[in-house]
Amino acid sequence: MTLTPDFPELAAIRLGYGLSPLAPPPADAAEVLASCVRAAIPDDPWTAALAGDAQISLSEARKAREEMTIPDDEFRAVTQKLNAERLAVLQRRVARAVAAPAGFGERLVQFWADHFTTVAQNPPQHLMAAAFVNEAIRPNLAGRFADLLFAAETHPMMLVYLNQNASFGPNSLFVRRRPERNLGLNENLAREIMELHTLGVGADYTQADVRELAELLTGLTWNPREGQHFRPQVAEPGAETVLGRRYSGKGTSGLDEIRRAMVDLARHPATAQHVARKLAVHFAADDPPPDLVRALAAVWQDTEGDLAQVYAVLATHPALAATFRHKARQPFDFLVASLRALGLDRAQVMAFDGPRINQSLWIPLAQMGQPFGRARGPDGWAEAADAWITPQMLSARIAWALQQPQRLTNDLPDPRAFLSEALGGTASERLIWAVPKAESAREGVAIVLASTDFNRR
Amino acid sequence: MPSRRRLLKSAVMAACSAAAHPLLSTMTFAAVPGDNRLVVIVLRGAMDGLDVVQPYGDPLLRQLRRGISGGPDAGALDLDGFHAMHPALAPLAPLWQAGELAFAHAVATPYRDKRSHFDGQDLLEAGTGNDLPIDAQKGGWLNRLLQDLPGATAETAYTVGPEEMLILSGPARALSWAPDARLKLSAQAQLLLAEVYHDDPLFRQAAEDAAEIGSSVAPMAKGEGRAGDAAKLGRFAAERLNGATRIASFSLAGWDTHARQPQVLARSLGTLCDAIIALRDGLGPNWAHTTVLAMTEFGRTARENGSGGTDHGTGGAMLMAGGAVRGGRVYGDWPGLGEGQLYQDRDLMPTRDVRAYAGWAMRGLFGTDARMIERTIFPGLDLGTDPGILA
Repeated sequence: MTLTPDFPELAAIRLGYGLSPLAPPPADAAEVLASCVRAAIPDDPWTAALAGDAQISLSEARKAREEMTIPDDEFRAVTQKLNAERLAVLQRRVARAVAAPAGFGERLVQFWADHFTTVAQNPPQHLMAAAFVNEAIRPNLAGRFADLLFAAETHPMMLVYLNQNASFGPNSLFVRRRPERNLGLNENLAREIMELHTLGVGADYTQADVRELAELLTGLTWNPREGQHFRPQVAEPGAETVLGRRYSGKGTSGLDEIRRAMVDLARHPATAQHVARKLAVHFAADDPPPDLVRALAAVWQDTEGDLAQVYAVLATHPALAATFRHKARQPFDFLVASLRALGLDRAQVMAFDGPRINQSLWIPLAQMGQPFGRARGPDGWAEAADAWITPQMLSARIAWALQQPQRLTNDLPDPRAFLSEALGGTASERLIWAVPKAESAREGVAIVLASTDFNRR
Repeated sequence: MPSRRRLLKSAVMAACSAAAHPLLSTMTFAAVPGDNRLVVIVLRGAMDGLDVVQPYGDPLLRQLRRGISGGPDAGALDLDGFHAMHPALAPLAPLWQAGELAFAHAVATPYRDKRSHFDGQDLLEAGTGNDLPIDAQKGGWLNRLLQDLPGATAETAYTVGPEEMLILSGPARALSWAPDARLKLSAQAQLLLAEVYHDDPLFRQAAEDAAEIGSSVAPMAKGEGRAGDAAKLGRFAAERLNGATRIASFSLAGWDTHARQPQVLARSLGTLCDAIIALRDGLGPNWAHTTVLAMTEFGRTARENGSGGTDHGTGGAMLMAGGAVRGGRVYGDWPGLGEGQLYQDRDLMPTRDVRAYAGWAMRGLFGTDARMIERTIFPGLDLGTDPGILA
């Protein structure tokens, strides 16, 4: 682990999804950064409006079945279609990552979708989560953090997941007219905005700040028929004070004031520190070098969260080489990197049928500890290597490495050639020694994919 | 395709010829520390203690909660004329009758005020107080207990399920496995992987454990796969506890009931019942020597919120089950729900550190020294008087 590769291999492995026999690794930082611009282009067919329609269709079909106006078969057809669509969301995400030449942009899509974790509770919500990535994450991937923050916090997926839909100003007109319904505030979104998405739990904010932000957010809501909108009759009347600043005074408009609060939270020094550290932890090391965190926080502060400039510092920082292979690839990264190393392209991944997506991607992700779109809570996936390399999860990786490559490729590669395609000049002596001794090509390929070298980055 | 049996057989044969190889170290059966068993279930998401064990005898509960926690009138099961348990706990009613189910009310860890799930869970599993910053705390309290158990081996303690758990992490070796995990490797591939993992302790240890556990776990019988995950976890934990294991831990999520609490909580309590019943059925006669503690990071607001749920709070409840428990009662000093009695005018006031119950349980089950508990396992804890939770 003392060896440090040249920039192209280093960038492909650490910032992207690893090497592929189909394309050379990025030659320089400019190529790496260009991948962020490419990844910012949305291409998934799901929008919040369409996902809302899917939810309506499901509820109507369920109601019709209960009222016995449609046969069970027809209802089953509706749920089967939704399940197929859910698998296709994963398929498109994987296909795009497999085919991205430099991969950094696609890695950032995963990073931000995890920073703003939402959890899909049912098939229509998987489609809404796809819309969330498409509408909130991708378009703001390389722009200003404040825009990304506002887009993420106000997206229907977030409003549903963190219960903003069910939060009502306790003194709003809407609540006062319905005393029997016992409606009121829900703090969930406000708390996670401060704790997870911006300031970080160690920052200097109080329960009162959470409460005030929750009051400021009242009125922001979504339902599948009307989409996301601001309902002034639900908003808590009067001004709110969050971290010493006043919002929502007389004559202001609801959504604009929420945006102003997001801009202030994005600009807060604690946010720069918190998110800079998170980037460093994700891309460099579980315990990141302080100079990398300092450099990222400094450029964040100087540019008020201009993400493209933050990425440029990350992509060229010497800490990337110094902490080579300090991170374990997460299961999603492991699968994408494996498909890339096996030489699959976008068209081949898009040709997988439903059972193939299920057997090769969806089920293995869950067995490796990362069920797609189903993080345990709003804090998202663990970063530490030992959260992923447990006996049961490592077994799942080894099992995938043994069983899947022969099902996904026409001819298994020669393990010795595969070793160099998958790892370039970064393979360790022990791995170079072990691979030719495998009893079969199947086991030789599996040893490469299951190796420490391949599972770390 | 060679059969699973043949693969196992070849792995065993390779073990005989390469006994010194780390990946293939044979299982050791050391003397087990006694007959008592402890299961800790971590309930992630902050269980609403006031809805699970409803103090309906306190008239203020009705004022604070109009749509939830309706007591026996709303179907809750009366326990003692003051408390009633949530209707979704009905499958555990026979345990209550048999004196094998108890609760502790108005408990909390030392965690206060920020009400973050993740910091709250970290503190619950670390078992420490607020003297250290949360991210500087290393290791879990079950691991420190394990270090103090004479004759403990890696098999003595298990975390069960797909996730890594802080509560059992630390210097003492413990094992973790998920009921669905499988490892099928030829002997040669095992040897080669052992070589490839040799210099990386994280991978080396995980692979050694996988080989060891994978070959000792009976595959699930057909049809078992369809049962709920919680029942599977309980069944698997029982299987290990019937062997050399004495401490097991797993977690159940789904307690963060910000909205639609009646539906969400009923489902989560259902999974908790499944897990406990699977443990009881799986443990058979060993159930008599078993204590199950189900703990959560904090309670929820005393008042119902505006969405038919509750927000993050402080004091909550703990569930205790097992033949070793002196059940059929609700432990704890009731703080009241009136003005000045709530914590920060919003949450149930904790009247006892939840760690004190766990501390007295380990004293009774494993004879752990009180000073060891107060200084090392739960640093800074005042054990206080014995609540007498064990039969």
